[in-house]
Amino acid sequence: MPTTIKRMLLRNLFLLLSFFLFAPGLLLAGDPEDVIRDTASVVAREPEQIHENSGKFDAGKTIIEHITDAHDWHVIGHFSIPLPVIIYHPDRGLSVFSSGKFHHGENTYGGYMLKGQKIMAVQETESIPVSQATVDEAASEKVWDFSITKNVLSLFISCALLFFIFYTVAKTYQKREGLAPKGLQSLVEPLIIFVRDDIARSSIGEKHYKKFLPFLLTVFFFIWINNLLGLIPIPLIGGTNLTGNIGVTLTLAVFTFVITTISANKNYWQHVFAMPGVPVGILFLLTPIEILGVFLRPFVLMIRLFANITAGHIIALSFFSLIFIFGEMSTGLGFGVAVVSLAFTIFMTALELLVAFLQAYVFTLLSAIYFGSAVEEHHGDHH
Amino acid sequence: MELVKPEFGLLFWMLVSFSTILFLLKKFAWKPILKMLHDREESIQKALDSAEKAKEEMKALQANNERVLLEAKIERDRILKEARELKDSIIGEAKTKAQAEGEKMLAIARENINNEKMAAITELKNQVAKLSIEIAEKILREELSSQEKQKQLVKALLDDVKLN
Repeated sequence: MPTTIKRMLLRNLFLLLSFFLFAPGLLLAGDPEDVIRDTASVVAREPEQIHENSGKFDAGKTIIEHITDAHDWHVIGHFSIPLPVIIYHPDRGLSVFSSGKFHHGENTYGGYMLKGQKIMAVQETESIPVSQATVDEAASEKVWDFSITKNVLSLFISCALLFFIFYTVAKTYQKREGLAPKGLQSLVEPLIIFVRDDIARSSIGEKHYKKFLPFLLTVFFFIWINNLLGLIPIPLIGGTNLTGNIGVTLTLAVFTFVITTISANKNYWQHVFAMPGVPVGILFLLTPIEILGVFLRPFVLMIRLFANITAGHIIALSFFSLIFIFGEMSTGLGFGVAVVSLAFTIFMTALELLVAFLQAYVFTLLSAIYFGSAVEEHHGDHH
Repeated sequence: MELVKPEFGLLFWMLVSFSTILFLLKKFAWKPILKMLHDREESIQKALDSAEKAKEEMKALQANNERVLLEAKIERDRILKEARELKDSIIGEAKTKAQAEGEKMLAIARENINNEKMAAITELKNQVAKLSIEIAEKILREELSSQEKQKQLVKALLDDVKLN
């Protein structure tokens, strides 16, 4: 009995600890709530206000623009690639058009307008400047936005890249059967073996690990490749904050949660609802914690990945913003700070390379551990 | 709070994309790759096992060879010893035989010599007897050549008888 309680406590402690341990970026960035509140307020500002300020460099706005989603892909200066807007509205039907029609949010189009990056319904159907449009709040509530945004496009690109890489590798395996690995194959093979042996097999166990391998491998390489792409500051290749987007990490965590719940055996539920060998009195305390833990675990997965990658992006961008903040005071100072900023950014990027791998590893490992606990066999307790 | 509020569109596309990529990779990448890896590991294991087996066999063979060699050595020693014994016995036998033969020959020779000697002695005896008789005859003839002498002899003989 004491061992089961100890194990349970250790697991929850580990959960909490790992959250803080693996979120150093978030802690570095200061109070996360402050960062988010400050930056969010910038986004929430009316478009006109942003226009008024456009002459002056706004670090918060720049950073938040980089790490949040957008309906166009900003390339350089005032040039950005317009992306498709796909809106379904129960009353108005389906509308598909280029986001370029919004003129960077200055105009309405087809009865819609951009408020920040959010699509709002307006009463006027013809294209007019946003300032003259009347927002239809009730209709805005019903907007289903399926737009191919910057993040969605980069998601497609990364998925295509993932498929290309591993399909090629799989073909190489079939072509070079019985031969030593070569090229791309020898690059990914150690990682595949690492995920298989050190993550799946060791956490789930010899009997069940094969069932979870496809998901674990996919999630590992998906996170890793997207983390790396996020570090490449070249539009249409990378630079998006995809794995630092709460929607993406939420989906991944939901996958882990659903797979854990579906594959969970009797033993798992017994440990959740009625930990064997624990007195009834303690069960009243323990069971709510365990039930909470079932949801907390994927939640922490979601937050950890989101926070780490977003924080990494914020830090890198902050260093660059410093150049322009000081550059506005005096050009010379800007160049001076640039040297230091660049050095720091290089250092941070190197660190982020590590974080990119580490976060993919942590997410996969924890998923594997949860799967492992879900399929763990009932083995003679009271030992 | 845009940063921490998931957007519906992205959630939708993420769900679709991730499910698709999961399915595609599972079918077209992970299955063949994992199978190949497994096969390769198995073949490596098999190769290692067979190498180990070959080593064991080699060892057994070597041990066997050594055993055979040792046996051959013992056999050789045995044969050599036998040959030596045979040689010794042959030589010994020959010696004994030669000795016996020699002795036999010696005995025959000795007998022959003896026989010859006997014959010679008999011959000599006969010769001596003959000679003695001839001498005695000659002496007698000489002695009894005159009457006188004959009388004398008779007388001497008679004297002897008288004395007896």
